[in-house]
Amino acid sequence: MPAIYPFLLSLALFLLPLTSEAGEAADFAAASPARQAQLLEHWAATPDPTRQPLLDALQHGRLAVDGARRAFIERDGRLVAAEGDAPPEGTPKKLRLNNRLRGLLATAQASHRLLAEEPEVRLAAARALQKSARPAQLSLLNASLARESDAAVRDALALALANLQLADPDPKIRLGAVRLLGETGEPLARTRLEALLAPDAERDPTVRTAAETSLAQIKRRLLFGELLGQAFSGLSLGSILLLAALGLAITFGLLGVINMAHGEMLMLGAYATYVVQLLFQRHFPEALALYPLAALPVAFLATATVGMALERTVIRHLYGRPLETLLATWGISLILIQLVRVLFGAQNVEVANPAWLSGGVQVLPNLVLPWNRLVIIAFALFVVALTWLLLNRTRLGLNVRAVTQNRNMAACCGVPTGRVDMLAFGLGSGIAGLGGVALSQIGNVGPDLGQSYIIDSFLVVVLGGVGQLAGSVLAAFGLGVANKILEPQIGAVLGKILILALIILFIQKRPQGLFALKGRVLD
Amino acid sequence: MTRPISITLLAKAGPHLGRGLGALALAVLLALPLLHLLPAEHALHVSAYTLTLVGKILCYAVVALALDLVWGYAGLLSLGHGLFFALGGYAMGMYLMRQAAGDGLPAFMSFLAWSELPWYWYGTSSFLWCLALVVLAPGLLALAFGFFAFRSRIKGVYFSIMTQALTFAAMLLFFRNETGFGGNNGFTDFRTLLGFEITAPGTRAALFLCSLALLVGSLLLGWRLAHSKFGRVLTALRDAENRLMFCGYDPRGYKLFVWVLSAVLCGLAGALYVPQVGIINPSEMAPTQSIEAAIWVALGGRGTLLGALLGAGLVNGAKSWFTVAFPEYWLFFLGALFIVATLFLPKGVIGLLGKGDKS
Amino acid sequence: MQRRSLIKAFTLSASIAAMGLSWTIQAAETIKVGILHSLSGTMAISETSLKDMALMTIEEINAKGGVNGKQLEPVVVDPASNWPLFAEKARQLLTQDKVAVVFGCWTSVSRKSVLPVFEELNGLLFYPVQYEGEELSPNVFYTGAAPNQQAIPAVEYLMSEEGGAAKRFFLLGTDYVYPRTTNKILRAFLLSKGVAEKDIEEVYTPFGHSDYQTIVANIKKFAAGGKTAVVSTINGDSNVPFYKELANQGLDATEVPVVAFSVGEEELRGIDTKPLVGHLAAWNYFQSVDNPVNSEFVEKWKAYAKAKGLPNADKAVTNDPMEATYVGIHMWAQAVEKAGTTEVDKVREALAGQTFAAPSGYTLTMDATNHHLHKPVMIGEVQEDGQFSVVWQTEGPIRAQPWSPFIPGNESKPEYAVKSN
Repeated sequence: MPAIYPFLLSLALFLLPLTSEAGEAADFAAASPARQAQLLEHWAATPDPTRQPLLDALQHGRLAVDGARRAFIERDGRLVAAEGDAPPEGTPKKLRLNNRLRGLLATAQASHRLLAEEPEVRLAAARALQKSARPAQLSLLNASLARESDAAVRDALALALANLQLADPDPKIRLGAVRLLGETGEPLARTRLEALLAPDAERDPTVRTAAETSLAQIKRRLLFGELLGQAFSGLSLGSILLLAALGLAITFGLLGVINMAHGEMLMLGAYATYVVQLLFQRHFPEALALYPLAALPVAFLATATVGMALERTVIRHLYGRPLETLLATWGISLILIQLVRVLFGAQNVEVANPAWLSGGVQVLPNLVLPWNRLVIIAFALFVVALTWLLLNRTRLGLNVRAVTQNRNMAACCGVPTGRVDMLAFGLGSGIAGLGGVALSQIGNVGPDLGQSYIIDSFLVVVLGGVGQLAGSVLAAFGLGVANKILEPQIGAVLGKILILALIILFIQKRPQGLFALKGRVLD
Repeated sequence: MTRPISITLLAKAGPHLGRGLGALALAVLLALPLLHLLPAEHALHVSAYTLTLVGKILCYAVVALALDLVWGYAGLLSLGHGLFFALGGYAMGMYLMRQAAGDGLPAFMSFLAWSELPWYWYGTSSFLWCLALVVLAPGLLALAFGFFAFRSRIKGVYFSIMTQALTFAAMLLFFRNETGFGGNNGFTDFRTLLGFEITAPGTRAALFLCSLALLVGSLLLGWRLAHSKFGRVLTALRDAENRLMFCGYDPRGYKLFVWVLSAVLCGLAGALYVPQVGIINPSEMAPTQSIEAAIWVALGGRGTLLGALLGAGLVNGAKSWFTVAFPEYWLFFLGALFIVATLFLPKGVIGLLGKGDKS
Repeated sequence: MQRRSLIKAFTLSASIAAMGLSWTIQAAETIKVGILHSLSGTMAISETSLKDMALMTIEEINAKGGVNGKQLEPVVVDPASNWPLFAEKARQLLTQDKVAVVFGCWTSVSRKSVLPVFEELNGLLFYPVQYEGEELSPNVFYTGAAPNQQAIPAVEYLMSEEGGAAKRFFLLGTDYVYPRTTNKILRAFLLSKGVAEKDIEEVYTPFGHSDYQTIVANIKKFAAGGKTAVVSTINGDSNVPFYKELANQGLDATEVPVVAFSVGEEELRGIDTKPLVGHLAAWNYFQSVDNPVNSEFVEKWKAYAKAKGLPNADKAVTNDPMEATYVGIHMWAQAVEKAGTTEVDKVREALAGQTFAAPSGYTLTMDATNHHLHKPVMIGEVQEDGQFSVVWQTEGPIRAQPWSPFIPGNESKPEYAVKSN
């Protein structure tokens, strides 16, 4: 498209009245994208309640255009003319928006919602305008502020206004705006104030000083948010490592099986989640949001069953030959991966976050804590607690500990070692399955899922000290936090390399991991 | 597995069969490169494909042997031997890249708009320096790593996981373009070696013979070691380190020696591997590759040098065959092979042979 | 008994390939065609569908009577995402199976691995994936995009008024050659367009990276400084965690659009696309392109997937590399018809200037000299149903520049294919 074209168009628009007789919907439908953008900007500055259905239709992709470029709105599966009642010519096509128009539409929606009855809607609209308000909306915001009765909305509006007032000719108004902006921790306010402090941007010395103070204030708040964010992401990464490694802490840590198929147990857990999601989609679409909860027992039982079957058929024969378990479980892992690939395809499968696990909670202006990560942290702690209780407060746990400490002695005391082995391996696999459910909510679900976690899992267990549950917990969170402290400094790649180097050095200091078993046994 | 198992194929199978088999295998392997020199139309001509495939397996066999020395004899399971192998390969690759580039910079560097060679590339256009690097790079790394690890008396699975972390870290490092080793693309497109066309049948045959010589050499060396007092100390170390210490031995030196030797053998194997397969890239350092090497040893028979060779040959031969015969299902076969071998052949494939006269 | 099995094993390992290894038993008078895509390992996720697409195309050509009256016979091997194995399998296809042509490879490293083999044996490889350029071999035909056929138009679009008039660019990629080179080219291009250094940020993650919390937080911070777009060259599996994190941290496409060069319909099958609506991808083909050739192509693929019982057949989609595979095989067949032989030198000659009405809706031409296709560039927006809607496209196919003018030193590179040494 020649560059001159939009320019000519805007010139023509400037000369013409912005709304013609045909009605706004038809205007919009017939317009080029550039003019559509201008229409939206115009609507954003001059909200009109009668326009609301049109905006809603646009936002939800329900506006269609027929052969004569007239607009139709889809209502309950039928196309209704937006203006007049003419039937559509030909098959109307859905009007598609691009990102720019979608952004402008959101701004227009916000200014229309300022007219809403409910204060919450107005509050949300004012908040949206804090980010996106344009100079053309100055008078609109002023008018809204003047008639606003709700205090919270007033504050939000004042802030939205302050962004625009930075360009006001009156230094007093600018001063007020600068001070107001200093109260927020908005990253955007920082950019605006920095622009104001550029040489030659602001001449009034009082406003300049105030801007400097406000900027320092904002920076402090932003830094606080950043640090908090880092701490959170460290915890979150730690919880994920923990969930990935916890099953291994049992199968490898307690039973001594170098379980290379551990990653595949995670993968099976994730695929179990996928299957449960499919079942819910087919049979209980109304309860779809609950599928991750339903997936938990399914994944646990499925992977525990697979684990017990493997234990009975293969691993049972290998106790006392730990390194050979490496070979056999590696073979198992190859078979499981290819099996899943043949059954479900080599591609990743889609596991969607249900509504309650999507999005996040805005804690600070520059800090959003995603729900899925919050839930996973809690879940990790829950699983750890459960495992601890199982191992330390139940008969099974007692037996497991007895067998792992001294198999022969335990057998002599009447512990059915075979059964205990099977149950313990099943438990470890089941917990890996639970980990798989959690992993499916943050990453991809594909046949190779397990491969990407197996190394980290072994590192966590070994770093914590083999056989030490508490060690694994500490190691997982330690690795997570250390990783997230290093990443912003030296980048993700070098950070990861450095972490590995640090682990190697750490093992030199403590050759038995964080929590070494104290004992006097020497082989 | 704490009881030292008898060490050799020969001892178990009786001298005749063993010697006969070995001589036969050696004769076949010696004949291959010579047959490759025949004109392509000749009925007995061995194709370049076969030659490079067997050459590759020979290099892997050296790795298996080297790993068996540390694992089978000294009881140190390394899950990072791929790193030493790759370092040797990279050292050779540096020379080959310089050869291919002539006076200019290697292709991938001019492509990164680097104007001069990084310092660690200094002297790599000299074949002798490269040979030194092939030995030094893995050797020194193994020395440093081993020195600290054995000083802290890191053992068993801790040692394995540390070697795995080491190779994983190195892989990430080499993946970076900025590290100066061609990133993920690694080194390819080699042209000449010591002035000889790398694709010429003569060069191929010579490389093959070198690999064979390296293999036979390492086998003999391993043999001598295993049968010397040194070898018995190693086995004792594997089975009861503390008792050995109470007897007045300091195990560190023994471990360090065999560990560095093993790394150097891997490096040499890597150096011969690269010109034969025509590529070296960081995926050779992937932890799975090293695990696979451990599997060759376990499958063939840990603690027997020939077993390691057999394992490397079997797994890689099976892989080459399965990937063509059953492209979609070969992993099932391979996986099943591992499971069956562990369950029914606790001493590896080589153990089969010993069954007859076992007490 | 045991001894005998050992002997068997020994001979198997030592002389396995001496026996020839050609597994397929074929009738007389067929033309063998090699397919070299990983069916296992990390790349299986992308390459498996290309193998199936190649088989479908070959079936289609055979149904029409084959090439020069001969049926095509596919030889499928699995290089298992292992780069040395790629070279080995390539050599096997060319020397043992004696295929006339090979369709295959996805990653640049696999292509680099097989390239010396193809040059040595004078074979023919069709490479169907977008890549970083900087290569031009007489034995390879590149049916994917060079950087100027994908990356640069995408950034131009982001800078345009319609694309959101982005002023700042966050270049995010996996740390390997394709992203590094593409970003290098893009940086030079952006600087030439007057974007300041401080408005470009380059960030890399290791392979298989799955924790994008810090990076998304950094994108947010960076975006506060002005209208920002993210250019993503993240590969394969890391995309899902990235997009999930993006959506959950509340960064949507109207605020910060992400344009990706490695995310197509196939990848979107593994992602919940609802939060991603509006994010962009640049390709030379989208399944949603509306024209009769494409509807037939998509129909055929869906029917094929169903008939062969491919996993997830009911949700089968087509994507850009699949189209490139399809076009490549047809172009090769046409060239063989024209040359009257499968001899590589003659086919290579016949391929120059070959045209084919592609599913993208354009008639694509194989360049007379540089072995790349002239391709249209399209920018697609992610839709809720996992498809893309094209929001922008070039007026016609554009010629590839394998040697990007934005990389210094490329001016002296020849515009035609020569062996690299």
